[in-house]
Amino acid sequence: MAAEVEIKEENLVYGKNRLIKDNIMHYCPGCSHGTIHKLVAEVIDEMGLEGECIGVSPVGCSVFAYNYIDIDWAEAAHGRACAVATGIKRMYPNKMVFTYQGDGDLAAIGTGETIHACNRGENIVVIYVNNAIYGMTGGQMSPTTLVGMKTATTPYGRDPRLHGYPYKVADMVAHLEGVCYVTRQSVHTPANVRKAKKALRKAFENAMAGKGLSLVEFVATCNSGWKLSPVAANQWLEENMFPSYPLGDIKDI
Amino acid sequence: MKEVRLMKGNEVIAEAAVRAGCDGYFGYPITPQTEVIETLMEMKPWETTGMVVLQAESEIASINMVYGAASCGKRVMTSSSSPGISLMSEGLSYLAGAELPCLVLNVQRGGPGLGTIQPSQSDYFLATKAGGHGDFRMIVLAPNSVQEMYDFVSLGFELAFKYRNPVMMLSDGVIGQMMEKVMLSAPVPRMTDEYIKEHYGDWALTGKFGGRAGNIVTSLELDPAIQEQVNEKLQAKYQKITEQEVRYEEILCDDAEYFMVAFGSAARICSKVIEMARADGYKVGLIRPVTLYPYPSKVIAQRAQQAKGFLTVELNAGQMVEDVRLCVGNHIPVEYYGRMGGMVPTPGEVYEALKDKIINKLK
Ligand SMILES: Cc1ncc(C[n+]2csc(CCOP(=O)(O)OP(=O)(O)O)c2C)c(N)n1
Repeated sequence: MAAEVEIKEENLVYGKNRLIKDNIMHYCPGCSHGTIHKLVAEVIDEMGLEGECIGVSPVGCSVFAYNYIDIDWAEAAHGRACAVATGIKRMYPNKMVFTYQGDGDLAAIGTGETIHACNRGENIVVIYVNNAIYGMTGGQMSPTTLVGMKTATTPYGRDPRLHGYPYKVADMVAHLEGVCYVTRQSVHTPANVRKAKKALRKAFENAMAGKGLSLVEFVATCNSGWKLSPVAANQWLEENMFPSYPLGDIKDI
Repeated sequence: MKEVRLMKGNEVIAEAAVRAGCDGYFGYPITPQTEVIETLMEMKPWETTGMVVLQAESEIASINMVYGAASCGKRVMTSSSSPGISLMSEGLSYLAGAELPCLVLNVQRGGPGLGTIQPSQSDYFLATKAGGHGDFRMIVLAPNSVQEMYDFVSLGFELAFKYRNPVMMLSDGVIGQMMEKVMLSAPVPRMTDEYIKEHYGDWALTGKFGGRAGNIVTSLELDPAIQEQVNEKLQAKYQKITEQEVRYEEILCDDAEYFMVAFGSAARICSKVIEMARADGYKVGLIRPVTLYPYPSKVIAQRAQQAKGFLTVELNAGQMVEDVRLCVGNHIPVEYYGRMGGMVPTPGEVYEALKDKIINKLK
């Protein structure tokens, strides 16, 4: 057992953001959700939006986002986060309203609500965590599952003749006039974490400025669902996910 | 300042919503209730009271927009007709689970499936017993006139906030489409954001203020022991509702030997049937449940003491009759008469049924 190390005040260069609650996170070690939560909390705090923010958590692994970031939250039905966020934003047009959704939630059952919120140009931010799998229900195929990828419902790999192709939501919604900013980010290295945070901040600024809907996709790992160690999952992400879901801005106006 | 107008049931809903200080309406077109959103769009209340009116992409989206807006402590509503209400089931369950106030209007049409656009009361089971998954209840108001469609908007909001629970107004294509005289009340202003913070600040999503922790609107609890307590709390609330919110009307019941039980447009038909029966010397009365949940069980059970028989009249295959049988028991006959699929019986038809099934059998 390592002894407790006391860090002197002057040596403290980084800490848990004050908006992150003390609750123990339920995420698997290596999961991207925790890191993305941290960025969300930091951006809200740094922009001074603690009292202005209303988040919408989905059905999926991040359903309990409300237990980790201390702002107001509504928990939405599976896939309906963008409709719930629309209801909130229309009631409080000056508040900072965002959704936080997985690929099953946003790109399968919630496709309709997502596309129409985008098309109406709701002044909200959609944080889209694409780990190419249904984490919460135990690793089934999602619309974004890669061709050949093995999941609980594609035990022999995703066969496009049976299940179609990986669904590229970000590319699709970028065509919609109501959408002002679409970007793909990741949090698998410190450099990517920094970039992702900048992108997230820009999205939040867009919403507050009433520019339309911003969608920030995080190409993320689910090492438990992928049945890989955290380190191997990061490598698999680079080798397999990025070719299908390349990082960078898709639309920025 | 009272105002009298000649209006269609569906149009009156729009007028009532604006005058009740409604903050938001989210809906999707479906006959026979589309005039609600059309009238609202024509009224442009966002320019006067600031009320939001939004045409959603589906009823699933409407009810979830209502969920989001209701989470804010705002006075919000949607309307639809039978197939659209089916799509809202999951959302209604979430609203009840998260204890959110809202008003949902169902202007019923005949089913099942796409069915017909003609009037029906075949969503009685849906409204009173099967609004969605899980043990929950909605308060259900059944208007029988254009005036009641107007009145039940503000009553609906009042009850929704009193109990933090969804309220369904169960109307039908007859009342939604017919024109009648209606007395409009003076407009009530929308709640201010300050009012909401003061009164609902302990649960509503207003953005954090005054040092409070974040509010969380959710219906999720993974620990079954705690989820059971959540359910017990809901059941206690429903119990209180059944004790305090029963509403009904009795017509010529005091000396009656034969009773009809009917709600909404069927009750309108029955009031004519009473006149016909009384003219022939039959002592017939009508019990009209105004709240379908909570159900006026006590009054029906009491009247069963003096009754020779009951007939429920419904625009469906006989749904409410099950509840009347529960109240009355087996010692006297409880029969049903109705038409389905959008057919509306004439008073003469109902009177014949009353004689056939009840009066002549018991004379
Ligand atoms: C209406 C409905 N259908 C299905 C489910 C079951 N369910 C819960 S989470 C989930 C998938 C979540 O996957 P994703 O959105 O990709 O998020 P992740 O868990 O991977 O973060 C499903 C299908 C549900 N809760 N509600």
